[in-house]
Amino acid sequence: MMDAPDIAPDAEDLGAVVAEQAERLFERRVDRDTLAAADRGEWQAELWTAVEEAGLPLALLDEDAGGVGLPPVAAFGLIRLAARHAAPVPLGETMVAAALWGAPLEGPATLAPGTAPDGHGRLARLAFGRDAAQALIHAGGSRAALVPLAGRTLVHDRSLANEPRDALELSGLPADAIREVPGLGPDGLAPHGALIRAAQMSGAMDRALEMAVAYANEREQFGRPIAKFQAIQQMLAEAAGHVAAASAIVDMAAEAWGTEDFDFAAGLAKSRTGEAAGRVSAIVHQVHAAMGFTQEHGLHFLTRRLWSWREEFGAESWWEERIGRRICAAGGEALWPAIVDVTAAGARA
Amino acid sequence: MQTFRFAGARLPAEAEAARADVRAFLAKDREIGGWEPHRTTWTSFDAAFSARAGAAGFIATGFPEEYGGKGAPMLVRFAIAEEMLAAGAPCGAHWVAERQSGPQILRHGSDRAKAEILPRIAAGDCFFGIGMSEPGSGSDLAAVRTRAVRDGDGWRINGAKIWTSNAHRAHYLIALVRTGEAGASRHAGLTQFVIDLSAPGVTTRPIHDLAGNHEFNEVFFEDFFVPDDMRVGGEGDGWSMVTAELAFERAGPDRYLSDIRLLVSLIDEIGAEPDRMEAAEIGRMTAHLAALRRMSASVSSMLDEGASPVTQAALVKDVGTGFERMVPETARRIRRTEPGPDAPGDYAQSLAETVLRAPSFTLRGGTQEILRGMIARGLGLR
Repeated sequence: MMDAPDIAPDAEDLGAVVAEQAERLFERRVDRDTLAAADRGEWQAELWTAVEEAGLPLALLDEDAGGVGLPPVAAFGLIRLAARHAAPVPLGETMVAAALWGAPLEGPATLAPGTAPDGHGRLARLAFGRDAAQALIHAGGSRAALVPLAGRTLVHDRSLANEPRDALELSGLPADAIREVPGLGPDGLAPHGALIRAAQMSGAMDRALEMAVAYANEREQFGRPIAKFQAIQQMLAEAAGHVAAASAIVDMAAEAWGTEDFDFAAGLAKSRTGEAAGRVSAIVHQVHAAMGFTQEHGLHFLTRRLWSWREEFGAESWWEERIGRRICAAGGEALWPAIVDVTAAGARA
Repeated sequence: MQTFRFAGARLPAEAEAARADVRAFLAKDREIGGWEPHRTTWTSFDAAFSARAGAAGFIATGFPEEYGGKGAPMLVRFAIAEEMLAAGAPCGAHWVAERQSGPQILRHGSDRAKAEILPRIAAGDCFFGIGMSEPGSGSDLAAVRTRAVRDGDGWRINGAKIWTSNAHRAHYLIALVRTGEAGASRHAGLTQFVIDLSAPGVTTRPIHDLAGNHEFNEVFFEDFFVPDDMRVGGEGDGWSMVTAELAFERAGPDRYLSDIRLLVSLIDEIGAEPDRMEAAEIGRMTAHLAALRRMSASVSSMLDEGASPVTQAALVKDVGTGFERMVPETARRIRRTEPGPDAPGDYAQSLAETVLRAPSFTLRGGTQEILRGMIARGLGLR
């Protein structure tokens, strides 16, 4: 895996410029109609083309390998930003697959959850599997395979947000499709997928909170905006705490990209962010009340994604169990040094 | 684009060097001082420990050298403070002086106050209490009624403060008192003074907490004379100074590490081979801890750069103290233990201490409800 780049001032500036471009792109191209069409299972080809033309899938790939080489925090920031708009395209998957494979990829890509040792086995729930041009698959050990999907039969399935989550049957691969990917550990692509989903949850929660605040200031009951009631203020403040924690831990894990702490950091991020997603989606729905429970209101484009993302690439308890085993094995006194190391992994890289 | 930013904090090399030094110091000091980590935290008053930490150069590293410090960035203090908490060091005696009173005096105090007090804080032999709350004024801090009136080259103070930790064994407190009209906002007319607790006209009454500990006090002022050069900041500047001070008080590692020793002890109690539920609960708390450390370091870094992240500080304390409340409750779910002050073993004793202290976590330094009100204001709801 690549080294985490030094955050030179110009890299930070570049990150800000790309983020601004991306924000304008999603603002312009993702609206209710886009989201409703995606909900019917229609692939958003124009949106994807625009995302590709803007170079967003190359953000995390090293410059030497033909990428943009943004600092990982900025690159995962783009994934977060896309999720603020509930953009129904596999930007995170493609960005991470390209960075791991070490080369720009043709068309959208997906990451397979699970492992197919040496290219054998059934892989379920590939995000946008039917729309993706290729899938990056953990082939056991520190090996991965990049598998073209054109002409392959996928068994269709979908998420709570009606995004494609398709299954693929593999019965062997040509040797040249399999490559050593330094940094892939026993959990394969799960940590990478987990951080993509955590970044997405962070973005979607941020936007959902914004919507709930706006709605509370607008909606009047008992002669005043409901924002003026302390009960509403307290709930939204609690939600803001979860959103803040999620954002902080996603940045932490992104900074650990390319370091030996990455798998641990990504698991921590998925755990904390998944817990936050449950609580925040409950609160924003409570504030939006019956209106937010309808198709007519747009809140569900975010919350149905939150509910599916928190399960994917390991739900909270799956990661928590692994983290807990590691912490207990090291003993109580090792807890604090582990926290210090993982929260500053990027600073040492 | 994002609601609140918690930019990544890069601890400078000198902070990491200080961390290594303080870890070595604490390991050795534990033998010298004979303190039990599972019983102590930043509310444990141990003047001898503070004197040793001061002599070793681990207190008030941010003060300029002329006042006994090292002129180090705030993140150095952050690293030292979090290591002391994580090690369960009895750092309560100097905590308030170092965390907030000293920095206030450094920024707003007279030359005399700085020269007389700051070097002693850095040496670890000068302790402070907080004089904000009053019997009739808790969360509604602007309602303070303790009053100071001009008298020659100083002021006469009458009134009372309450919940002042360690007033019976501290040297000073900084009191927020009324010196003028409150005005429509009620924030005008408040001024802060350094109160010498050994001077005539000030008395303390102990208040024992529900566990029987004597930490709190009520402090009474009867025609107490304070010279004008013990005023901190301008007349009428008290409110804005207190608000700024609270940002320091709220975002530090003491807002999420108060019961870290219970978590350490719980992990050892579980042992190296946890069952599924034990592992998952430990993992969950570890994830909370990591997010909080990141948030707290980020706010410290913003404060270092001169920003005033009031809402972010409130968020750290709200989320952090919520985590502190969660630790003993989670521990109970995974280990069957009847806690007791005399129960056998670190873990049962630590659980007992923590259960009895836990209600204070979400009260002191601004209740969770007041903090959420501030966060709501930051969100634009009020």
